[in-house]
Amino acid sequence: MKCSEFLHELTNYLDGVLDEPTKVELENHLSWCHNCYVVCDTTKKTIEIYRDSQLYELPEDLRSRLRSAIMKKCQQHKKRGPESV
Amino acid sequence: MGAIQNKLEGPVSDELTLVRAAKQGDDSAFEELVRRYDRNVFRIAQHITQNREDAEDVVQEAFLKAYSNLAKFQEQSKFYTWLVRIAVNEALMKLRRKKPERTVSLDEDIKTEDDSLPREIADWSPNPEQQYTQGELQEILSKTIQGLPPGFRTVFVLRDVEGLSTEETAAALELSVPAVKSRLLRARLQLRERLGRYFQKRESGDGKQ
Repeated sequence: MKCSEFLHELTNYLDGVLDEPTKVELENHLSWCHNCYVVCDTTKKTIEIYRDSQLYELPEDLRSRLRSAIMKKCQQHKKRGPESV
Repeated sequence: MGAIQNKLEGPVSDELTLVRAAKQGDDSAFEELVRRYDRNVFRIAQHITQNREDAEDVVQEAFLKAYSNLAKFQEQSKFYTWLVRIAVNEALMKLRRKKPERTVSLDEDIKTEDDSLPREIADWSPNPEQQYTQGELQEILSKTIQGLPPGFRTVFVLRDVEGLSTEETAAALELSVPAVKSRLLRARLQLRERLGRYFQKRESGDGKQ
């Protein structure tokens, strides 16, 4: 497997959807190609850092304010009928 | 090095029960759907619009649209996927209004033919996120993802942050599965490269910039 072929399969590998022979070939490539190992490892970390970051969490007070506003608008819509949105 | 597990495997078993009750006019069932997905919709909206007030508007507009169009929801997909599609469209509309000089679309700046190896290969320090406070880290992550075109960051957020499958992401964005995969690879690689500026192993010093 060449580096460009590894890169082509990287997303499938990280998502766990590679067929077994390709996975074995890819892991064999990673065992000797340091650059691809680093790219694979740091891409995986990138995903994990974003996933675990709690970036843009909705604060509880804003959350209940938004929910009240949504439900109020929904009820207004119901009263006025389907043409109101 | 194994595959990454999706964190979002939401309980969908009673989602349909809630949707059907809401269709029959049960507002408390709809409110339960709001409770279930408001955080996700807000996160997606803020990632796309990069603006807190716009994200708040998108949350309200998306749920109101879902409510008023509930009768048209065919139940062929998950309610959540349908809601995400509405929210993404609302968020992109906000962006278009703000940047009328640029066409904002999911196809923007996407070059699928370029699968060349990343330019920056340097390894990161172990647990690089621990070099920063939570606040500093969130600023780095926010600034880094803002640098990606909307078409990249939307796919990344749906797939990798919200945990939608490739097929669900494709359905929500009305893209083909290969298009989602191609955008996802490029988004992941670009974020990796940009984060490397903060997380790279240092020769000396404390690792902070």
